[in-house]
Amino acid sequence: MDNSLMQIIEKFPRSRQNLIPVLQAIQKEQNYLNREAVSAVAEYLGLGVAQVYGAASFYTQFRLKKTGKNIIKICKGTACHVSGADNIIDAVERTLGIRKGETTADGKFSIEEVACLGCCSLAPVLMINDRVYARLVSSEVKKILQSYS
Amino acid sequence: MEVIKNPEVLSVWRKKILNKNTFYTHTVSLCGGTGCQAGSCGTVISAFKKELARNKLEKKVRLRVTGCHGFCEQGPLMIIEPDNIFYCRLSPGDVPEILTQTIKNHKIIERLCYTDPSTQKKCPVESKIPFYAQQSRILIDRNKNTDPSDIEDYIAENGYAALCKSLKMQANDIIQEILKSGLRGRGGGGYPTGKKWQQTAAAAGEKKYIICNADEGDPGAYMDRSILEGNPHSVIEGMMIGAKAIGADEGIIYVRNEYPLAVLHAGIALEQCRNAGLLGKNILGSGFSFDIRIVRGAGAFVSGESSALIASISGKVGEPSPKDVHLSEKGLEQNPTNMNNVETWANIPLIIENGAMWFASRGTERSKGTKIFALTGKIKNTGLVEVAMGTSLKKIIYDIGGGSISGTVKAVQTGGPSGGCLPASKFDLPVDFEALSEAGSMVGSGGMVVMDENTCMVDVARYFLDFLIDESCGKCVPCRIGLSRIREIICRITEGKAEMQDLELLEEISQTVSEASLCALGKTAPNPVLSTIRYFREEYISHIHDKKCPAKVCKSLIKFSISPEICTGCGACKRECPAGAISGEKKQIHNIDQSICTKCGICRETCRLSAISLN
Repeated sequence: MDNSLMQIIEKFPRSRQNLIPVLQAIQKEQNYLNREAVSAVAEYLGLGVAQVYGAASFYTQFRLKKTGKNIIKICKGTACHVSGADNIIDAVERTLGIRKGETTADGKFSIEEVACLGCCSLAPVLMINDRVYARLVSSEVKKILQSYS
Repeated sequence: MEVIKNPEVLSVWRKKILNKNTFYTHTVSLCGGTGCQAGSCGTVISAFKKELARNKLEKKVRLRVTGCHGFCEQGPLMIIEPDNIFYCRLSPGDVPEILTQTIKNHKIIERLCYTDPSTQKKCPVESKIPFYAQQSRILIDRNKNTDPSDIEDYIAENGYAALCKSLKMQANDIIQEILKSGLRGRGGGGYPTGKKWQQTAAAAGEKKYIICNADEGDPGAYMDRSILEGNPHSVIEGMMIGAKAIGADEGIIYVRNEYPLAVLHAGIALEQCRNAGLLGKNILGSGFSFDIRIVRGAGAFVSGESSALIASISGKVGEPSPKDVHLSEKGLEQNPTNMNNVETWANIPLIIENGAMWFASRGTERSKGTKIFALTGKIKNTGLVEVAMGTSLKKIIYDIGGGSISGTVKAVQTGGPSGGCLPASKFDLPVDFEALSEAGSMVGSGGMVVMDENTCMVDVARYFLDFLIDESCGKCVPCRIGLSRIREIICRITEGKAEMQDLELLEEISQTVSEASLCALGKTAPNPVLSTIRYFREEYISHIHDKKCPAKVCKSLIKFSISPEICTGCGACKRECPAGAISGEKKQIHNIDQSICTKCGICRETCRLSAISLN
């Protein structure tokens, strides 16, 4: 058993109310939730592995696969949609050669789609790690992505 | 920080803070909300701090980093008091000049002032800017006077005075006051808040919970985030008053994990309250005990529904349950639970402090007070807009929003994915719960997305369906399967493969989904489809019958072409085309191969001569 994993888990009292906070804490440390983490949480909280997996796969925050170094979050909010977000998404996918939810083979980028980044006044937007790129046009995408490689 | 033992000590503290603030000659409120952060306000803030230190002005000029001021489109922005000067679209390079010109010499820097897009006039004073002047900002206006991580700012603005007042009141009198005010839930349902409190107060049980629903999942709505980020104490004070009225001793703020700044500021505010003795045992010596904790959501739109939210707090999959028993009787851990939305809670202290009649003086007969809307989309002034209930859509869109960028507003979408699209002919409608519902949309949580002639209404319906199918929990059949069938038909329409009878089929399935779904997500999911068919039927017919998308959005029905009269053969489009669909020798007219073209539109963005047209 991974010691660092148990250290994170054992900070929380053994109550089902802590299921989501535990998973959030593990993902923050380990980038994603692997099979071992899901089983360890289930055992610790006295739940079935299926129950933990059910919650982990239900909430969009939780990832069951390792992500790339740079996480690209593309906003698919309404304001972004009417301002041309679809073309931005296409441009990102085309430039990196991967689809939403995937990671590039070199492990540099992952694309995630998010419901709303809350910067609706600056639509369309995308976020790479913590930086927001606002009022985008698709011809700018290539340059932005190049600045990360 | 000393522990406040009674209301008198709080008044003394308030006087001390106000006295301390008189030492400053100027206060600069710089917006640090999420919208302005996206516009790099961080660099302006650090430049300002550096310049203040360099000019030795730290003791004379107060820099206050606040939450959202609402005019996100103009960020980064600041207000300089006492003259109420408004500067926008700032960059770090502007800062030295602001200090030397405006603060030291009272000169206005024209370049940094807001230009009214309709008159092209500069407006240096915040309160005179049409966007602000035409609103009724009782909630959101407090943000600019508040550093959300400093409890003293909130106390200076008479914060926690309403709590003191309520601690002396009988629980039932507080509830009566809220009932009289006519306040209705701001999360979308519009249920009378006082009535909800009455039911939870009357429910049998020793242990009762108060929950603040900050799981604002509507794409295009961010007013709750702005309140929690910019003025967390107003929400906390509202929850305390609610707890006292209902008899609860434990509160939870359930907030979206996508709102890290709101989580941070609410956490700091709670800690400050505990240190000051405003939360915990025997608050202000009244014998009333109450505390609040934060639970972070994990990203699921449906978890904003009350029964799903309870499941999520309990560590379960956030699915809704049938509502045969109300939360007010059996909520969290089977105990009576009262859940209200962020904006609702933020209204409570104002009602208690100023009285129910003051609150009810704004609004319509059935919808009282103000409501914050997130005005976005194809409009000149975007941002958060707070208006009295009953204000017409016209006033919001044209007078406050400044109208469309392209000239004509085709529709406005209100209420998020559960709402609907209203055409320009309905813009005289007053914004209140009943009027919008009768017109086939809803107030909802307050998203307001403006659309112009470049927005395809069929595509908008498809967009919301995509969202709702993603977010449907899949528990009940009508929602899970019905929505997918509706989407199939809508997709056929956008691809030009549909027939006229598909419209009837759409309406029929929509009705079944509305009637038979388990929770509000499914019940309201067909609204975007039904409202667009109701008001924009001719657009559907163009797609189906003429195989044309009038807004030129649906990719299967559009075609890019190069005008031979304008093209000079510069080759820019050919170089940028990711599909390699453009051919042509240098200085010769270029051509697009329609069989390869993916219709991404990059060629059209690239061409400096506008030689590429969309048909």
